Amino acid sequence: MQVERQPQSLSRSEADREATPSNGRWHRLRARAERLAGNVFILPAVLVVLFLSIFPLIISLYMSLARLKFVKGGFEIKFVGLANYKKLLAGSEQTHFLGAMAGPSPVGWLVFGAVVVLLLLSLVRYARNRSVSAGGIVGRVVSVVMVSLGVWLLVRTLGPGGRPGTMVVTWIYVFVGVTVQYLLGLGLALLTTQHLPGRRFFRVIFLLPMMIKPVGMAYTFRMLTDADKGPFQPIWQALGLGLYSWVNVPWGARAAVMFSDIWQWTPFLFIVLLAALESQSVEQVEAALVDGANRWQIFWHITVPAILPVSTTLVLIRMIEAFKIVDLPNVLTNGGPGTATESLTLQAFISWRALDLGGSAAIAYSLLFVVTFVGMSYVNLIRRRVTEE
Amino acid sequence: MFRSLFRRRSLFSPSPIGMAVSYLVLGMWTLVVLFPLYWLVVTSFKLPIDVNQGPFYLPFVDFKPSLHAWQYILVGDLSNDTLRNYANTVIVALTSASLALLLGTAAAYGLTRFTYRPRLGAILTFIGCVALAVVAVTLGVPWQIAIVVGLALFVLLLRTVGRRFGRAMGNNDIAFWLISQRMLPPVAVVLPIYVLFQRLHLLDTRSALIITYLAVNLPIVVWLMRDYFQSIPIELEECAAIDGASRYRIFWSVVLPLSVPGLVATFLFVLVFAWNEYLLALFLSGSRAQTLPLTVAAQNATRGPQWWYMSVLILIMIIPVIAIAIALERYIARGLLVGAIKG
Repeated sequence: MQVERQPQSLSRSEADREATPSNGRWHRLRARAERLAGNVFILPAVLVVLFLSIFPLIISLYMSLARLKFVKGGFEIKFVGLANYKKLLAGSEQTHFLGAMAGPSPVGWLVFGAVVVLLLLSLVRYARNRSVSAGGIVGRVVSVVMVSLGVWLLVRTLGPGGRPGTMVVTWIYVFVGVTVQYLLGLGLALLTTQHLPGRRFFRVIFLLPMMIKPVGMAYTFRMLTDADKGPFQPIWQALGLGLYSWVNVPWGARAAVMFSDIWQWTPFLFIVLLAALESQSVEQVEAALVDGANRWQIFWHITVPAILPVSTTLVLIRMIEAFKIVDLPNVLTNGGPGTATESLTLQAFISWRALDLGGSAAIAYSLLFVVTFVGMSYVNLIRRRVTEE
Repeated sequence: MFRSLFRRRSLFSPSPIGMAVSYLVLGMWTLVVLFPLYWLVVTSFKLPIDVNQGPFYLPFVDFKPSLHAWQYILVGDLSNDTLRNYANTVIVALTSASLALLLGTAAAYGLTRFTYRPRLGAILTFIGCVALAVVAVTLGVPWQIAIVVGLALFVLLLRTVGRRFGRAMGNNDIAFWLISQRMLPPVAVVLPIYVLFQRLHLLDTRSALIITYLAVNLPIVVWLMRDYFQSIPIELEECAAIDGASRYRIFWSVVLPLSVPGLVATFLFVLVFAWNEYLLALFLSGSRAQTLPLTVAAQNATRGPQWWYMSVLILIMIIPVIAIAIALERYIARGLLVGAIKG
């Protein structure tokens, strides 16, 4: 029997041959089990996920189009169409959700222009060089438009006079968090794969932060960032920030959230990258060493291709999780000062606590929309290229 | 020349300068990692007054350590709650993580070594039937009847309508669908899941938590393990197949042992998730199936956060996971694949 990329048909013919009458019942059974192997492997997982996901998905989609109203003797759910979304994107919640817009500064214009030009260039290059498919071109045009809109929102809310809303703040958390965590995790993993005495000690230590998320972690960091009773109080005092409470500065508070996020998530990337580095073929490296390759060449030509598939998966998983960040800003800063550290999920959580179930579901669905878009673009444009050459 | 000498001596062994730099970086990150934990330990031995009067760093020097918080949690007023929730946490986390690893690796193996072509028409029919069933349940039809009718309708439509659409999905689409189930924030998910388990009469049981965590963790297991399986040379499986091993046998005795580093890393991750999950546990458990994170959060009482109790709880919560991590770390060791192909 051959095990290949498309072994189902192969194994089927093989199994049929095995199941000649003389072999009896056991072989027929076995052949049947063999034929069903593909389904046996995948169905349990798919069914469990389906069982718990499809129901919430439909219900919350409906909730996002409705409003919870208290009436005499209970409540009723009234269908309101797209009103919840309209409120977020153009209505009373716009500054909270998207941010306060200001005219872009010259630098903002420059950034926006540069991004748009780059995107258009890549689109033109795709249209010229590769075998163009209708789906590919439509997907890319949609991507270009969406990314341009996103950048436009960024330059208008982050420039002078603007104020980022929960959407933009979430993007900042995701981008900064994932980048720093990946680089840090990779660096630490590379350092601990060397032959250093005591590297196992470091490996175990570096795993520790992974163990106390998310609740315990958030409270621990609230203790640490307390400018009055926390351990760093002398430092804040020396900097003249003692009673001023540095967490009251929007970017200070965001930095606190991001630092805690990095502290807590780097171990996950560290351990998976470590496992990937440890599984790479030693023979290849030895051969390269014999041929006189230097460390950098080995890293670039052997290690990077070996860990690239895992890396793209890690970044995708981490990105999806980072978009849902809620515990840290909730416990650490309660979304404050103002709404400066509020993430999308926290905003959904707060309006959900205020029993605005429709608004909360609309925020959740907007988030789902953004994450799905980012995830699909990422998988189609980057991951597929990396893993399938 | 000097450096190349060193490099040749053993794989990846750094030069003295590189070694010093490595230790410096590793040491710095060790400090960053350990300090919050140190603060937790110190706080757990503090009296409330020691916490509220500002930062004290060293026990016996700055303040007199006290065991009052440990006593309160472990043998005092809270001990019954603590121990029950502790048992719940251990059972729920270990069961759901093991199940997720088992089902998830199987699915990941299927996705790397088989080709699936689920028909788009069949999927759309299925979603339509589920939507109908959901609507029926919200309109007051008992869920058992709704499920049976929905299934019957699905089978019926599949034979007729579902086959017409020629377009099929591939393995990558299945994988993306799986991971996309993690994209909806938990806030939007808890209420429907609560209603679901209420209908199934599973609220406030460990099974509810185990099933939920299993479903939440499966996509991550599938995605992480898929990459490890792809890096395993296919020749090994071919050899086993020639020797007459069945697909299940190959999976269990050839593929799984070869992917131990990935399995360990993945298991640790899903275990820790189930161990510490808060929001879903808050909704799905009343008093009987409560887990430890709920006890921790409950210490943020109306009198303000009780840091000392919280520290103790966080510490006893993480100690077992740390022990498991230390025990499993050595399996993430180099060279499991080395020699496998030669042999």
